[in-house]
Amino acid sequence: MAFAAFSSTTAPSTDPVARRRSPVALFLLLPGILYLVLFFLTPLVSLLLTSFQAPREFGDIGQYDYAFRWQNYVEVVTTYWPHIVRSFSYALAATFFALLISYPLAYFIGVKARKWPLLQSLMLVLVIAPFFISFLLRTLAWKQLFADESFVVQSLKALSLLGPEAHVTGTAFSVIFGLTYNFIPFMTLPLYTTLERLDVRYLEAGSDLYASPFQVFQKVTIPLSMPGIVAGTLLTFIPAAGDYINAGRDFLGGTGTQMMGNVIEANFLVLQNYPSAAALSIILMTVILVIVSIYVKRSGTEELL
Amino acid sequence: MAVGAFADRGADLELVGIEKRFPGFTAIENLHLTIPAGSFFALLGPSGCGKTTTLRLVAGLEEPTSGRILIGGEDVTDQKSFQRPVNTVFQSYALFPHMTVLENVAFGLRRRKIGDPVAKAHEALLLVELDHLAHRKPQQLSGGQQQRVALARAIVNRPALLLLDEPLGALDLKLRRQMQLELKTIQEEVGLTFLHVTHDQEEAMTMADTIAVMNKGRIEQMGEPQQLYELPKTAFVANFLGQSNLFTGPVVSTTSSAIAVDVFGQQIVVPLKRAHRVSGEVTIGVRPEKLTLHADAPTHDSSRNVMGPGKVIDVSFSGVSTQYLVAVHGVGTLVVFAQNVAFGPAAQVGAEVWLSWNVDHGFGLDDDPAQAPRFEADLDTRTIAQQRRSSLITELEEA
Repeated sequence: MAFAAFSSTTAPSTDPVARRRSPVALFLLLPGILYLVLFFLTPLVSLLLTSFQAPREFGDIGQYDYAFRWQNYVEVVTTYWPHIVRSFSYALAATFFALLISYPLAYFIGVKARKWPLLQSLMLVLVIAPFFISFLLRTLAWKQLFADESFVVQSLKALSLLGPEAHVTGTAFSVIFGLTYNFIPFMTLPLYTTLERLDVRYLEAGSDLYASPFQVFQKVTIPLSMPGIVAGTLLTFIPAAGDYINAGRDFLGGTGTQMMGNVIEANFLVLQNYPSAAALSIILMTVILVIVSIYVKRSGTEELL
Repeated sequence: MAVGAFADRGADLELVGIEKRFPGFTAIENLHLTIPAGSFFALLGPSGCGKTTTLRLVAGLEEPTSGRILIGGEDVTDQKSFQRPVNTVFQSYALFPHMTVLENVAFGLRRRKIGDPVAKAHEALLLVELDHLAHRKPQQLSGGQQQRVALARAIVNRPALLLLDEPLGALDLKLRRQMQLELKTIQEEVGLTFLHVTHDQEEAMTMADTIAVMNKGRIEQMGEPQQLYELPKTAFVANFLGQSNLFTGPVVSTTSSAIAVDVFGQQIVVPLKRAHRVSGEVTIGVRPEKLTLHADAPTHDSSRNVMGPGKVIDVSFSGVSTQYLVAVHGVGTLVVFAQNVAFGPAAQVGAEVWLSWNVDHGFGLDDDPAQAPRFEADLDTRTIAQQRRSSLITELEEA
């Protein structure tokens, strides 16, 4: 997708001037390459090596030796498969709800509010405004709002909409709610940028060709805003799948709502089972990569990007 | 709109008392217009005259402030655009970038659930000679090809009424001529009603059966191209549809067949049947190509009007003809088009010349010269530039 923008620079150049300049280009790329090697490639290799480590014989807890213990992967999958499934289904649900809320919002700001630029910028500021407060604080605030003694839950109980023993925090609902809430700006902004460029003349043409407003939306608006939908869902799904704040017991989650991020955190920091944590991280990364590449390929947005 | 069926022939369009106001200005005021079924109708006017708004009202993309729109006798004023038996070829083409050419053309057929949309789309593409590019995306086509796809996408639906919004504007001259011919052929072949909006007077004249010249939200004159050109009713039409030399003066004598107008001491005769006003102060005119240049004062001939002497102030050669600007004292600057029959210009800059034209070629306008200025200020840029130039030349001349 976005990498396509750089594809032309990698094409072999026959222009002698360009070839003479290429060392300069390489020199300019050097900081970036160094940065990636140091801070992305090295940890990745280290993570991969850690994931195959074996416990040291007669060693203490947290002492491991380099080995090729592939059984680590089998162990984490058999132990933690509910967390793996939960991670991706929560992330999927949060992505779905965020899209459901963000699309109309982005459509309003990007298309309907074009006539009023002031309203447009005001609404954009409101979308970004939550970033001014740490998301930890915001998530904690939601925990307060959803606490058993809170006004919201008490009222719901008084109205018998919730059972007397029911909780909101620690449920799948509150975790998905938290994920959705936290990632709405990441969904709205890319949607806004594509919808803002949407040429309404295409919509008029659709209407002129006998398409009802719903059909115009389905056949013209949605396909034309596909780049924004893809970008927004990726920006939501990828971090949401690895999130460990919303599902954390200190925040909106409970024992039954732990996600992969929580398990990785626990293995690394509490259990000091580094190989398991590393294996889980590699699994998380691989699954996301596979899902994302299938998704980008299937959505067929290459031409629109 | 009947689902699953084509319109079997073109429908007539009737606009009754249409008015369209936007905040701050009125785009169209009290427009009455009837376009007979099966005709090629051109709405001609400068930009901002309300012609595109009229088209959008018919397409259902704008709602009129008041008035009714009838297509084939049926009131469609309250119908949404997707319910109307109308298709538009947009100025920007508006081809869907996410669909192939074929899918673009089949779009309308699929929405109306017409059987075998792909085969019908191929047929329409064959008509515009683009079937070999059916599986390309619109961005991969040239401007002229995109224009033909837009046309195919509209006519494939066999709408009762086809709207064309300056569809040839982006094409170069040669391709434009070719497309004009193709459009005309298609219209005759399929027998649809075409409403063509354009600011290109030549295009309107070559293609349309009937032209309505629009200015400031009103129709100035309507008729066949030749009639409009030969007998313009207003100064605006006289100058927008081709060029005109206009003179203003009082009617000094009237016979049973003609009127004589005094233009700065020179008597100009206009046949009675070609004059819209026959008394008082009138504006008369003659087309530049009807004028003949004379090096010496021509002998008196009752069948010809003579004006002069004047001084040639500009000669511009344009291949087929040469344009002369002749300043006649008191009258102003006249434009003369002369066919290049002989080598070289017939007169040089600075030469003293006389002009004459057949009495039958003059025309009298309906405008009240006291109210209407000699030239409308709101013209297309080319005319304005020409006027500026001629007024500047006159100024320099007089100084």
